[in-house]
Amino acid sequence: MKQILAIIWMNLRAVPNRAGSSLVIVIGIAGVVGVLVALLAMAQGFGVTLKATGKPDRVMFLSAGVTAELSSVLVPDALPILRELPGVARDAENQPLASAEVVVITELKRGTGAQRASVNVTLRGVEPAGFKLRPELKLIEGRWFTPGLREIVVGRGAANQFEGTALGSTLKFRGSEWTVVGTFTSDGDAHESELWTDADTARSAFGRGSSASSLLAQMTSAAAIEPIKAAIKADPRLQIDAMPELEYFASQSKQFTEQIGLLTGVVTAIMAIGALFGALNSMYSAVSTRQIEIATLRAIGFGGLPVVLSVLAEAMLLALSGGVLGALIAYVLFNNMSVSTLGANFTQVAFNFAVTPALMEKGLLWALAIGLLGGLPPALKAARQPVVEALRGK
Amino acid sequence: MKFFPLLWATLWRKKTRTILTLLSLVAAFLLLGLLQAANSLFSGGTQRLGANLLITQARVSFTSPLPMRHLSQIESLPGVEVVSWSQFFGGIYKDQKNFFPQFAVNADRWIATFSECRLPPEQAAAWKQSRTGVIAGRTLADRFGWKVGEPIPLLSQIWPQKDGTRAWSFELVGIFDDVTEGSCPRMGNMYLRYDYFDEARQFGQGAAGIFVIRIKDPGQTERISREIDAMFENSPDETKTQTEKEFSLNFVRQVGNLSLILNSILGAVFFTILMLTGNTMSQAVRERIPELAVLKTLGFTNRMVLLLVIAESLLICVIGGLAGMGLATLVMQGLAQSGAQFPPITADARVWQLAFASMFGVGIVVGLPPRISIVDGLSGR
Repeated sequence: MKQILAIIWMNLRAVPNRAGSSLVIVIGIAGVVGVLVALLAMAQGFGVTLKATGKPDRVMFLSAGVTAELSSVLVPDALPILRELPGVARDAENQPLASAEVVVITELKRGTGAQRASVNVTLRGVEPAGFKLRPELKLIEGRWFTPGLREIVVGRGAANQFEGTALGSTLKFRGSEWTVVGTFTSDGDAHESELWTDADTARSAFGRGSSASSLLAQMTSAAAIEPIKAAIKADPRLQIDAMPELEYFASQSKQFTEQIGLLTGVVTAIMAIGALFGALNSMYSAVSTRQIEIATLRAIGFGGLPVVLSVLAEAMLLALSGGVLGALIAYVLFNNMSVSTLGANFTQVAFNFAVTPALMEKGLLWALAIGLLGGLPPALKAARQPVVEALRGK
Repeated sequence: MKFFPLLWATLWRKKTRTILTLLSLVAAFLLLGLLQAANSLFSGGTQRLGANLLITQARVSFTSPLPMRHLSQIESLPGVEVVSWSQFFGGIYKDQKNFFPQFAVNADRWIATFSECRLPPEQAAAWKQSRTGVIAGRTLADRFGWKVGEPIPLLSQIWPQKDGTRAWSFELVGIFDDVTEGSCPRMGNMYLRYDYFDEARQFGQGAAGIFVIRIKDPGQTERISREIDAMFENSPDETKTQTEKEFSLNFVRQVGNLSLILNSILGAVFFTILMLTGNTMSQAVRERIPELAVLKTLGFTNRMVLLLVIAESLLICVIGGLAGMGLATLVMQGLAQSGAQFPPITADARVWQLAFASMFGVGIVVGLPPRISIVDGLSGR
């Protein structure tokens, strides 16, 4: 044991002498870990934003068979039936806590230079009950819109990403002007990427008659959702699906998370292989420059195991420092970076990269694995070398 | 060329090292090939789209359909050759994974507008005869192995029929092709008949979707776009007109800063590889200083020795780079055949140019050796 520690310590102290090839390992692995953590942080941030949307005891009604609010149309006749379903909570005035909402897509500008684009942004028309049943909504600037007037409030994410959404500015939709009167937050969820206005105002401005895209209802409890699912399935008047709000928004992140997951896997694997070859190369040359030293140690009675461990310790320590470096770079460059991309509802979802400790840990595990794989063959080679020949420098 | 055996021999002086260096180069260029190809999809993958097609969409969003009454007004503008309209159908074929775009169009106008796509005349006639007939591009038909006569059931995510069902049944009556290689960038699409669709859909009758306009002179793009938008300004159905190319570019840009992220990944990878290769190569040169000194003693000029060393590092970079790019091409072909989730990605000329520039750049930079004097070199200093 003493032998092992002594030889590891001796070896590590000599690392600065091989700074050039040691740096190859550190930088190679920093690259792999940095890229891995950055990509994972993107998927994580997107997933968090969508999965945080909704509460377990709220239910969303959409037309049967659609996967996104955008393509859902609830006919006017269905709306009162849904509001009066058993289990829908009521407010102090005994009115059902349910908001029939209209979702339309508008185009705003985002970005500068070559990235500049007209992007799809959700404009959501909500009923007054829509505010009562979403206690997470908070106004951070200005005031809420006045029903009947062409006024909108914008989510914080939308305000960050899209042009013309500052307080007091006007946006032009379908030949009429809308004034931005406030900015709101919603616990960092997907609604912060949207523009909100009054449901009836949106219906008349966008020619939606009295239909709705979706209806959101507060239930007396999460357990009340299952019975009404069955009830509307049994009602031949309704071609409507009900699902917990949380479930709907979680399903919206699935495709993106899968695609980013695939990209991350491919890119990381290829980079890791590249870094592995670099590490092998450096460790082989480290071992060969230490050939005489190692043989001397062996000649004076050090065993093979301490030699192997000393080489491995060097490789893994270098890999670990590369990993830490990469994770830190990813953290500094990407953590909380705000971006927006096209979501499953065909509109922009603004989100922040989230470099979490769990992701950094994952990166470090990769680094250690590369260090181990890159250090093992050279270590074995070093230990197996015939002492006499090695001493002669052959 | 007579020095090639010498080059080859020095390359294999340390087998493990050369092989490992080669493999990391292969990995790097594989990534370069794949990422750059994806990148060019975001920036310039739409070169094939002609400049004489304009798209007029609703200003508020291309998902808001424009009314049919705009048609005659647009048609009456000088310089407009033919106007076609197209409504996105949003159907799912058997499984959500099988995504491909479908549009409801008018058959005669489609044929006149998309003249760079060729539909055989007898199939065009059959399409005009059959209300539930649809046509598909060659790429799409090959993807699912469709033949003319194939029944195609679609579940529309947007349009229910009058009775509320989302299930629509169509029959493939034609397959369209390129006129010249690559002339028809729509071969992954399917087109159905608007007249049938409009009658059968539950709501939205009379709305055209977007208009696709073929103009006589691509030089007139600016003027015609401006005039179209001016006609509908301040009405509830304001329009936005742009070339098909801009429309498509904007579409991919909606995905966001992905190309920026891809570029930083590329930067990270390349920095890494430059370090790796540079280090290994300079090691190889340093080890061989005595040998190089021998060469000089034998009468090789400084220039010659320099050229030999550079040639050696170039050789390794080019072999590694070509292998990596070759592999990238294979992988992309594999992806294209597995189809479904991926938009078609190919490594175009720009990617190859970049790859070659990188191979030579890396090769030359790391091959530049220190100046060697014979005496120092021979004594191993």
